[in-house]
Amino acid sequence: MAIEIEFLKSIPYFSGLGPAELESVRHLIFEKTAERGEVILFEDDPAEALYFVVSGAVKIFKTSVEGKEQILSIVRPGESFNDVPIFDDGPNPASAQAMGPVILYGVRRGELKATLKDHPPVALNIIKVLAERVRQLVSLVEDLSFRHVISRVAKILLEHAGDSTGPRSRLTQQEMAAMAGTAREVVARSLKSLEEEGTIRLERHRIVVTDKAALQRVAASS
Amino acid sequence: MAEMPVIDQEKCNGCGLCISVCTCKALVMVKNVVTVIETEDCGWCLQCEVVCPTGAIACPFEIVIE
Repeated sequence: MAIEIEFLKSIPYFSGLGPAELESVRHLIFEKTAERGEVILFEDDPAEALYFVVSGAVKIFKTSVEGKEQILSIVRPGESFNDVPIFDDGPNPASAQAMGPVILYGVRRGELKATLKDHPPVALNIIKVLAERVRQLVSLVEDLSFRHVISRVAKILLEHAGDSTGPRSRLTQQEMAAMAGTAREVVARSLKSLEEEGTIRLERHRIVVTDKAALQRVAASS
Repeated sequence: MAEMPVIDQEKCNGCGLCISVCTCKALVMVKNVVTVIETEDCGWCLQCEVVCPTGAIACPFEIVIE
């Protein structure tokens, strides 16, 4: 499939470039597709390219030694990922996985640096993109560092749990995250931990509190 | 009747990302807005809610005490 100039215009990296400049950039780009679940690149592998999402969505995540996953971001059309190792010559800082069928445009490491020399305004665009990325990560670090989420999630479940007699609350994970002052992914992991501890059971669209006393102890802990 | 994700059609911008990540074909585009098709195959994976850039999809959990 031909690399679309119209799509390149919409990418923040190439904002402000004229038709001739976009045409010269187009020759550096290769297209890549991925199927749902396919890992596009692995954390700590040598970095080969940065990617722009043309269609679909890509999950960026890190995995602990124990196999726990922390999602750093979801990359949607027009956005980029794997920028950092292209500029600092290090390995991939995180893994990237297609959430559904995706189409990507890639730029190889050496060719992007050549683009910066030929088109200096691109450097300012890149700085803006990376600055926004830093701000997002600072917010995530704040959530993860300062908040004992599992206790607050336990408290939220107890406050909103219904029984067979009365009306039952319905909350999305995003709403629980907003109440707990954290990210949705952290709520998801907290619910999984509570399930592993045996205090709740996760069903298709229900959270069942199986050990209320234990959940109350978690809610009260600091 | 199967419990299904809820779409706020005023927030939906028709980007179709949810449809691309859905594994059970529960979501279709109708007149540039996503609509839910009831199906027992929906596993409540939450991917549609996660990927939506406008917060138009909700997959709420009922919280009950056993």
